[in-house]
Amino acid sequence: MNLNQLTAHELIDHLKSKKTTPSDIYTAVVKEIERLDPKVKAYLRLTKNKPAFDSNSRLDFPVPISIKDNICIKGEEITCASHILEGFHPSYNAAVIEKIQKCGGILVGQTNMDEFAFGSSTENSHFGPTRNPWNLECVPGGSSGGSAAAVAAHEAIWALGSDTGGSIRQPASFCGIVGLKPTYGRVSRYGLIAFASSLDQIGPLTKDVTDNSLLLNIIAGHDERDSTSADVSVPDYTKSLINDVKGLKIGIPKEYFIEGMDPQVKNAVGEAIEVLEKKGAIFKEVSLPHTEYAVATYYILATAEASSNLARFDGVRYGIRCQPKNSRKGSIVDLYEETRSVGFGKEAKRRIMLGTYALSSGYYEAYYVRAQKVRTLIKNDFDSVFKEFDAIVTPTSPTTAFRIGEKAEDPLAMYLSDIYTISANLAGIPAISLPCGFSKNGLPIGLQILAKPFAEEMLFRIAYSYEQSTPWHTKRVSINA
Amino acid sequence: MPEFETVIGLEVHLQLSTETKIFCGCANLFGREPNTLTCPVCLGLPGSLPVLNKKALMYAIKAALALNCQINSYIKFDRKNYYYPDLPKGYQISQHDLPVAHDGWVMIPASGSFKKINIKRAHLEEDAGKLIHDTFLNCSLVDYNRTGTPLMEIVSEPDLRSPQEAYDYLTTLKLILQYLDVSDCDMEKGSLRCDANISIREKGDLRLGTKTELKNMNSFRAVKAALEFEEIRHQKLLSSGQKIIQETRLWNDEKAMTISMRSKEDAHDYRYFPEPDLVPFTIDEAALQEIKRSVPELPREKFERFLKEYKLAEYDAQILIQNQELAGFFEQCAAFSVETKKVCNWLIGPIQQELNSRGAKINSLQIQPQELCDLIKKIEDGVLSNLVAKDVLKIKLDTGKTIDAIIRERGLTQICDDGTLENLIEEILNENTQVVEQIKQGKESAMGFLVGQAMKKTQGKANPKKIKELITRRFHNA
Amino acid sequence: MLSKEEVRYIAGLSRIHLQENEVEYLTRNLAGILDYIDHLKKLDVSQVPPTSHVLPIKNVYRRDKVKPSFSVQDAVKISPHAYKGFFKVPQVIE
Repeated sequence: MNLNQLTAHELIDHLKSKKTTPSDIYTAVVKEIERLDPKVKAYLRLTKNKPAFDSNSRLDFPVPISIKDNICIKGEEITCASHILEGFHPSYNAAVIEKIQKCGGILVGQTNMDEFAFGSSTENSHFGPTRNPWNLECVPGGSSGGSAAAVAAHEAIWALGSDTGGSIRQPASFCGIVGLKPTYGRVSRYGLIAFASSLDQIGPLTKDVTDNSLLLNIIAGHDERDSTSADVSVPDYTKSLINDVKGLKIGIPKEYFIEGMDPQVKNAVGEAIEVLEKKGAIFKEVSLPHTEYAVATYYILATAEASSNLARFDGVRYGIRCQPKNSRKGSIVDLYEETRSVGFGKEAKRRIMLGTYALSSGYYEAYYVRAQKVRTLIKNDFDSVFKEFDAIVTPTSPTTAFRIGEKAEDPLAMYLSDIYTISANLAGIPAISLPCGFSKNGLPIGLQILAKPFAEEMLFRIAYSYEQSTPWHTKRVSINA
Repeated sequence: MPEFETVIGLEVHLQLSTETKIFCGCANLFGREPNTLTCPVCLGLPGSLPVLNKKALMYAIKAALALNCQINSYIKFDRKNYYYPDLPKGYQISQHDLPVAHDGWVMIPASGSFKKINIKRAHLEEDAGKLIHDTFLNCSLVDYNRTGTPLMEIVSEPDLRSPQEAYDYLTTLKLILQYLDVSDCDMEKGSLRCDANISIREKGDLRLGTKTELKNMNSFRAVKAALEFEEIRHQKLLSSGQKIIQETRLWNDEKAMTISMRSKEDAHDYRYFPEPDLVPFTIDEAALQEIKRSVPELPREKFERFLKEYKLAEYDAQILIQNQELAGFFEQCAAFSVETKKVCNWLIGPIQQELNSRGAKINSLQIQPQELCDLIKKIEDGVLSNLVAKDVLKIKLDTGKTIDAIIRERGLTQICDDGTLENLIEEILNENTQVVEQIKQGKESAMGFLVGQAMKKTQGKANPKKIKELITRRFHNA
Repeated sequence: MLSKEEVRYIAGLSRIHLQENEVEYLTRNLAGILDYIDHLKKLDVSQVPPTSHVLPIKNVYRRDKVKPSFSVQDAVKISPHAYKGFFKVPQVIE
């Protein structure tokens, strides 16, 4: 196997036993990007500032990492895959970048995404879609599709993504890798270009559960620059990699097994449950009665916050600036309207408009406040279940990766595909997706595990136990370049 | 013209004098080179997040308590969404439904007594940047130094009934806030800004008339002038059967008139919603009590107490309390001297003059309360004349030497000895024979001239009372 | 039912200029989405408190201590339209 096809923990062992060097690993990754990315298009750009391989440096994790293009890296261009931010170079590092650099992590490049994280397929990128390594005609999922595809195609060792309604887990599921959305507040949002501030979290996309726990160790922790960052100590998540689920009580929410669900997904998840049952986990049906309202709730709250968060993209201070040929409303309003009209893509405009509407006078109570109340109900559903259960298991997505263009004209259909992942963001609870099989077409199927706030250790334990009893994490995609 | 009643409400924006801005660690300073006090947070760079400056909240609570407000035990911040180049995030972090405080009041002087003006609410928010219009280059230039400065907005109920009351409300508010040391309260520097709402109605009518909002007044005087102008404008319109248009008008100081803004801005739909990047804040009883204890004696209490305790005249007490430190100095003097009236006169007279000319604060002057009292006693005891004492004061402030040292070094002891004075008078009379003749003819008032000459000859060292006595005796005995 | 007028108004509030064809399809899209969202009206939420923050965190403060700011160069270098230390925009008429 080539270096780039190994996991981070394998590479760290190799480095420790001097079988390889950080420079060799980096070169292997870059070479694979050059070979495959013209087809996969996972990357928007490689980092301008190339790493300096100093043989004297005492580094813990000198392993290349790829970053979703909505996490600020000082001096590197960042676009959120949008035209409106082209040319913008932030003058500071995100908290997670600081943490990665502190332990020697090597930034390789920035990955493609749906514009401003608005999407579930990475088709909304201004720079064109990324392709699913398992089938280049299919989407990798979104919005962290670039990161997921890069990891799956071994164009990355591991990567960071962001998850607001499933944007780490769903692409992880579509690409057959492991993706974690940490508890809200577990990872600092300082430097993450915000989509929906009360829902966003940065999380790891990795080849296996062990890598995921390692990367969470690095990025988790309280940050005084983020008021919503939880002051909760970070355990060593690798200690939760225990191959044992005896006696754990796991709930299966009946509302998640619905019409329109791909029967292959249903079967794969059913089989995964059997594997865990054989290992001693106790499964019972539970109810999350407000599940059917989650998508509607999410699309009010998330778009409302997004409409406000994206108001700063106006051409005044950074990014592109446009002026119409003929003045319409006066020069400064024209500047705003033209810049944003030219700079934002279709989905971005759609969401900004929806969010603005939900907050506008006369509709605020009926939409925004109502959605906040339903959010309480959804959170309460989980709180009740977790009183008795250690975890909840569901499919990550009702389907496997769909074809590029298949859902592009139907935004509502696209939104509904987030049905299983959205509730975790609304409730602020941690959730992980890992591969649990393949469809007849060879497309990966994802299993999702949810736990109560700050119980990532529980997620890792169950995920690791399942992973170690199944072959999925060893399956490697091969792409003919 | 029917009889109209004017109804005025004021919104005061106060910049709090914290070291740093409200949501970031940039220094909270005025008058710096453009864009030298910014960071990702106050520039609203993508990915930046706000964190509340505790001191800003404490100052706001302190001010609200001094204004007799109720403090909310649970407060939160909200986003106020609108677009303007001086607003980098496209929204301002402010407070909407759960502000720091509500339902307070101040007493303002009115018709020889006092009137209560109610305060509706007080909240915290961040300031925006500054826009400079460059007509030569046909562009506008933005400086974000001021963005993120902590602002406290104090909204009064429409209880003010005249531009004069509005003026008095502002001066009362300013003095209270200065006592608290939470803000410079300087309209020139922009650390205190005021917008006014004014409407008129027929006397006896309980409904409020259509109001207009006034902006761009840069001094208390301008606020009063703008309201006076607007009051008349409203009266003229209504008297001639026309309607008042609800709008925002800018005060033009040069032309001494208000001008309609006539902007095409849609009536702002600010789309307030809770700020997701900031958590809520709870203020417990213990914290509240601690802040209450830090509120010093306020101007009105001090005024009342000075009248009672020191038996000062209202006029004198009023002047003293305008300067909290001067009032404090006065009290320290009162421990050393019972001549409170004299102390007061010295403070509001010569000392105040020195403060003005030196641009100094009382506590930085080189004189202690006990020393001032000593100076006053020396005049009482006849050691120094009043005139010379003033010189001694100046020298003392310049050099820091003790009063005794100054008197010794310059031989300033007042001449009171009869023998010396008699000789002096002899000289004066000989030098001014014409005036002597006038006095002998009956022009008694000319004696004052001779006293003046004696003072001049001795460089003010002669005891003027004694000189006058002796001269008078001379003429009456003659 | 969402009208085109409302859509144009919302676009104005959002400071986005829409072409006529955009108004067309956005009206359709948004009407459909709002229709789906109206689903929420079925619930009785009269006794339910709203959730603004999903974590029970309160009272996060900063100390009033000065931290370094950007130099003026670092502040304005993000803008291609900087001028003598200022951010430049077309003239704003007040």
